[in-house]
Amino acid sequence: MPLFKARVFVSLRPSVLDPAGEATRAAAGRLGVKGLEKLRIGKAVELEINASDEEQARNQLELLSEQLLANPVIENWDLEIESVNSRKIA
Amino acid sequence: MSIGVVVFPGSNCDRDIAWAVNGCLGMKTRYLWHETRDLSGLEAIVIPGGFSYGDYLRCGAIARFAPVLESLVDFVAEGRKVLGICNGFQVLTELGILPGALTRNKNLNFICDEVDLEVSTSRKDWFPKSFSGDNIKLPIAHGEGRYQCSKETLDNLLDNDLIALRYLKNPNGSLSNIAGITNCSGNVFGLMPHPERACDGQLGGLDGQEILKSLIS
Repeated sequence: MPLFKARVFVSLRPSVLDPAGEATRAAAGRLGVKGLEKLRIGKAVELEINASDEEQARNQLELLSEQLLANPVIENWDLEIESVNSRKIA
Repeated sequence: MSIGVVVFPGSNCDRDIAWAVNGCLGMKTRYLWHETRDLSGLEAIVIPGGFSYGDYLRCGAIARFAPVLESLVDFVAEGRKVLGICNGFQVLTELGILPGALTRNKNLNFICDEVDLEVSTSRKDWFPKSFSGDNIKLPIAHGEGRYQCSKETLDNLLDNDLIALRYLKNPNGSLSNIAGITNCSGNVFGLMPHPERACDGQLGGLDGQEILKSLIS
């Protein structure tokens, strides 16, 4: 089965306040970084998955993202996927 | 019949609940390790505070897949009572048994305090002595207690009188000052404050007693 590499970005929905992002933005100002209008903190999850094809990999990773990696009540997620043809998992 | 107290790896209020329910109120309790599916002989279940499975990923996100909670979904469907306190409330929202989500406090602090709350529901499921409109005082201890939900969910909570407790002085940025909500049937109650820490006269207030007594009514 081919191996696919994927990355899921989880971010707070734009309507949800991100106090950690706000605190970091304030620190950026103290560092001397100017003009920073927005800083919001999310999570990146790196994955590798064996699947018969990209569609199957995508289906599995969408299930994972929607049901576990993100909480759709407060978070959005975005999936990037690529096949790794040169590598095989034993 | 006894009261089940769920124990996840990382729970830290399970013994406090057993002390309050058994030691202070004289009801039998039984600990439920997260791997059990056997909920037979239980009148009601409490999901305690703490940091289930280290609260990795999000608070309550991993606990949601515990075997004991698969059985709990059926338990709830049978109309039996379930009380989720603090991390237990977070777990119930992750499970989808209660709507909304709890996220990081607005001021980023872990808040350990005693707060004044208004009993804002007129439903009697958890406040039998017509507590409606009364104020009670309970301890809080959380870093991620800011209740969030969509406009539709909030309307639904309001229309069905499901907001059980509200902060008089909002400590964490919760939407609509929400400290605790019930499901539509009224048998599930999730709240961030700790009623089990207000049951022993030697520790201060006793306002938590009525909530825990409601487990068996």
